[in-house]
Amino acid sequence: MSSVSESVTKDALPIAVSVNGVTKIYPGGVEALNDMTIQFPKGELTSLLGPSGCGKTTLLKIIAGLLAPTSGNVTVNGQPVTGPGKERAFVFQDFALMPWASVLRNAAFGLELQGVPKSERNAIAEKHIEAVGLKGYESLFPHELSGGMRQRVGLARALAVNAEVLLMDEPFSAVDEQTRRKFQEDLLEVVADEEKTFIFVTHSIEEAVYVSQSIALLLPRPSRVSEIIRPDIRRDISPDAIRRDPVYLDIVERIWQSLRTYVE
Amino acid sequence: MMASLIIWAVAWEIIGQMELSILLPPFSHIIIRLFEIVPTATFFNAFWITAKCFLIGTLIAIVVGIPLGVLMGRSMVADRMLLPWVNMFLSAPLTALVPVLMTLFGFGEKTIILTTVLFAVWIIMLDARAGVKNITPSLVEMTKSFQANFWQAFTKVYVWAALPEILAGIRLGCIRSVKGVIIGQLLVSVVGFGRLFELYSSNFLMEHMWALLFVIFFFAFLIAEGLGILERKFEYYAASRN
Repeated sequence: MSSVSESVTKDALPIAVSVNGVTKIYPGGVEALNDMTIQFPKGELTSLLGPSGCGKTTLLKIIAGLLAPTSGNVTVNGQPVTGPGKERAFVFQDFALMPWASVLRNAAFGLELQGVPKSERNAIAEKHIEAVGLKGYESLFPHELSGGMRQRVGLARALAVNAEVLLMDEPFSAVDEQTRRKFQEDLLEVVADEEKTFIFVTHSIEEAVYVSQSIALLLPRPSRVSEIIRPDIRRDISPDAIRRDPVYLDIVERIWQSLRTYVE
Repeated sequence: MMASLIIWAVAWEIIGQMELSILLPPFSHIIIRLFEIVPTATFFNAFWITAKCFLIGTLIAIVVGIPLGVLMGRSMVADRMLLPWVNMFLSAPLTALVPVLMTLFGFGEKTIILTTVLFAVWIIMLDARAGVKNITPSLVEMTKSFQANFWQAFTKVYVWAALPEILAGIRLGCIRSVKGVIIGQLLVSVVGFGRLFELYSSNFLMEHMWALLFVIFFFAFLIAEGLGILERKFEYYAASRN
């Protein structure tokens, strides 16, 4: 386990998003989060990994400003979150594309809402559509695309607004297995190319270990950050070699051992 | 469907030729009468008034009904305030209100237009509301997370996302509009088709009466079918919303 270094404070990296003592109780008394404190370093992809009911999606939506915490607060670059903001962009589990709009308009929609002129926003969106591998599909409509391609549009839309923090809510869970693997590989390239902070919710251990610089393992009842794992797997080898790398497999196994008691 | 219509027409013709009742003239006589009435100026006049009242009334119902329905779908307060009225007027016998409108607005087009609005607007509101309530939650979250303001959310997302239901509401609203515009005229009975009906029935001109009914039924059918086709064009994305 020497390759797994555990540290709650990552003093080497500045903090992009800081969650301070956040509690969320839904109307009706269901407690989704209990005094959660966690920090997300700048420029890294951090996964929130845990079994269902651990509050990972709730936490992500609070960071996004879509839900208000019952108590505690979230800061992004030191500024407290009071609602959705320009410096954060969300990628949705079910894509949340507008079925009446073309790929181009969907990808440019964040800019359209900001009032960016049409030719300018289309140029930016086209660049990001190309970056996610959908060049040539600009004029198609979402129902003409596969699930994986739809999510690429969702990612292009989030990248187009040039937010510093990308919040991804189980982005690949509605995508078939083969597409998911390709998508994960492409995501690694996007993370390397764009100097952004990614917060990535997933329930797949393999996915978390494969794509993350850092994994926050969340456990339910009461919801808490059980540990922060930094899977220092080699990135200089091919994706298939990574998936067979003993270090990678060891980390997957270790996380599974921590989680298995929580799986019914 | 065509075959069944022909069978009924033939049956009607036979019964009509038997001269059982003055109320049921032979089918062929009605058709001949129809071609006789339609080119006359009186008919054209009545048709023009009806079309005008129908179009204005329906337009008002749409322009008022859709924003209110969308608002009801998005705002709990608006919904609580308006829903009881919508439900009441949707099931109320609105014909009974027409005499009230007549005393308020006189025996003219104004009353007919208002009757049309009154018949159509409630179902348009209710369907727009249902459409907005059915919007996928993540699409609403998307709109919020990319910081749409109220107006942007309304015009760029909610109305479009609810379009299949809104179109269904418009179709049902138009069908009710036809009822409203005819009932309004029948009760006012001094303008448009209402005057013609009054004229024909008081003089026992049954062939004329039936010919006029055929024309009205035909147009009502045409409007409903035309809107049905338009609605089916947008169904593809009703299915792909989730």
